Amino acid sequence: MTDHLLVASGLTAGYDNTEILHGLDLTIPPGKVTVIVGANACGKSTFLRTLSRLIAPSAGQVMLDGKSIHRTPSRELARTLGLLPQSPIAPEGITVADLVSRGRHPHQSLFSRWTRQDDEAVDSALTATKTIDLAERPIDELSGGQRQRVWIAMALAQQTDILLLDEPTTFLDINHQIEVLDLLTDLNGTRGTTVVMVLHDLNLAARYADHLVAIADGRVQISGTPEEVLTEATVRQVFGLDSRVISDPTSGRPIMLPIGRHRMIAIGGMGDASQKESA
Amino acid sequence: MTIPSSTIDGVIAHRRKSARRYRLVLAVLLTLVAAIFAVTLSVGQSITPPGDVLRVLVGEPVSGASFTVGQLRLPRAVLSILAGLCFGLGGVAFQVMLRNPLASPDIIGISSGAGAAAVFAIAVLSMNGPMVSVVAIVAGLGVALLVYGLSFRNGVAGTRLILVGIGVSAMLQSVIAYILQSAPDWNLQEAMRWLTGSVNGAQLGQALPLLLALLFFGGLLLVRGRDLETLRLGDDTAAALGTRVSQTRMLVIVAAVGLIASATAATGPIAFVAFLSGPIAGRIVRNDGSLLTPAALTGAVLVLLADYVGQHVLPGRYPVGVVTGALGAPYLIYLIVRINRIGGSL
Ligand SMILES: Nc1ncnc2c1ncn2[C@@H]1O[C@H](COP(=O)(O)OP(=O)(O)O)[C@@H](O)[C@H]1O
Ligand SMILES: [Mg+2]
Repeated sequence: MTDHLLVASGLTAGYDNTEILHGLDLTIPPGKVTVIVGANACGKSTFLRTLSRLIAPSAGQVMLDGKSIHRTPSRELARTLGLLPQSPIAPEGITVADLVSRGRHPHQSLFSRWTRQDDEAVDSALTATKTIDLAERPIDELSGGQRQRVWIAMALAQQTDILLLDEPTTFLDINHQIEVLDLLTDLNGTRGTTVVMVLHDLNLAARYADHLVAIADGRVQISGTPEEVLTEATVRQVFGLDSRVISDPTSGRPIMLPIGRHRMIAIGGMGDASQKESA
Repeated sequence: MTIPSSTIDGVIAHRRKSARRYRLVLAVLLTLVAAIFAVTLSVGQSITPPGDVLRVLVGEPVSGASFTVGQLRLPRAVLSILAGLCFGLGGVAFQVMLRNPLASPDIIGISSGAGAAAVFAIAVLSMNGPMVSVVAIVAGLGVALLVYGLSFRNGVAGTRLILVGIGVSAMLQSVIAYILQSAPDWNLQEAMRWLTGSVNGAQLGQALPLLLALLFFGGLLLVRGRDLETLRLGDDTAAALGTRVSQTRMLVIVAAVGLIASATAATGPIAFVAFLSGPIAGRIVRNDGSLLTPAALTGAVLVLLADYVGQHVLPGRYPVGVVTGALGAPYLIYLIVRINRIGGSL
């Protein structure tokens, strides 16, 4: 179980001359699954990059357990806080086992040898992600779903109490998306890992989040339980989209149904509603 | 395939197997370097028996062999090994850091920069010795920063860096040609050294500064080798794994430029050794371990072998850079063609 507290306050960051995050405040609840949603290019990846220190904020800060992450030695930080980026790069021809072993980097130092503990971490990461049978295969030969599980395995081998994932389900079939999300939920349930992920699909976000966060204009617009966040008003504010939100009969979580301009049935099911503008 | 009794045994077996393969690769490369070194010392225009070679090496006077082996072959072979190690190591460091075999210092202008500065220092400023290396290193760093600055946008280097580098390199090549042309007391051999690289007229005195540069800059690189390896997974992943990306990158640039420039100041920019060593080592090592040491050894093998071929195998005598140049050019063309199609990685 973890109770590491990750807090971003007044976070302002960006690239060269463009500021992307404008004073973002967010507290990540420990031991929970936090899902971040927001329109394309609103700064979700930039936020995760700033959390993992790839980008230095120009103002504000990120505190882990009350200590600025920019004052924590980077390996020490990487033993607590892991990140699976949106588009990680696999060296040509690398095998699954080798790639997953890279996750042990922050646990090793110049003179330390590979230990039993390292082997165990790699083994349990491969087992948890059901990639152990692929261990000897080059990663370029795998399907998209398998590959994504391998990347998650690498992040798991790092054995961090907090795990950030940038769109871990993009490009996956719906069944593989669910598989990945279930895997992360298991991880959260069994190890108490704090999971923070960016998801595109609002309904999956609401389905799997304990804590849902909507970002727009480089700030947190709203955060809270899925019921609090996924509302018709928020969808309009954050995505500029008119929608209906109903309750999922399976999970009781909110589901968003976009309205759009076409193929609507008028109330009572009459006529060609595609010609009417939604109110 | 045997079915492991539990999955962790499989994981351990996989790791051990790959560590074994890696050690084997290192052993084979070391043996190759030693073997070619031995052949270079004893077989040339004339054949010197191994016994005589050994006696020369321990400093005994041997009539006939002392000069050929001690004054001609030994300095040449030692310098070849050192330069090869420096080029191989410096080259692969850049290729790994920028995740692209074309991002080698001899393609992106760093070797030409160091070479141009060395020629300028020698021909125009009448400098010699270690000062030339210092000037070459400074110029190499200058070119690295220039190319980096011209091509870096938002932390992303890519094809742009390579194109800018190729342009800068071409410019600096013509600077070298210009200086050589306007320094009339230079002979063809000297000129060839600065244009393609050569170990003709090597002296043992050149070896010590190069050895020191190798120990210092090479040591720096090896110490940061693991961090450098993580950059192959992309900057985001490297940072997430606890690597300080920009700090590592700065350090790698300084160390690799130090290696390349020191070697260039001694032998000239031996064509394509920096460029070829990493990919060759990559083919052999696959993902069994760090590419740094294998690429350095591959560089030594390439320079030793190419110099031997240029001296004793081909009709006529060619400086080593002509031979490595002929080897590297087709690979360069292949890569450029391939990169247009799929984008490259090492
Ligand atoms: N490396 C970069 N350099 C410059 N601008 C970038 C870089 N990465 C992203 N951006 C810009 O920053 C903005 C936010 O990007 P990002 O954080 O990736 O958005 P999201 O992940 O929410 O889609 C975009 O406008 C994007 O073009
Ligand atoms: Mg993104």
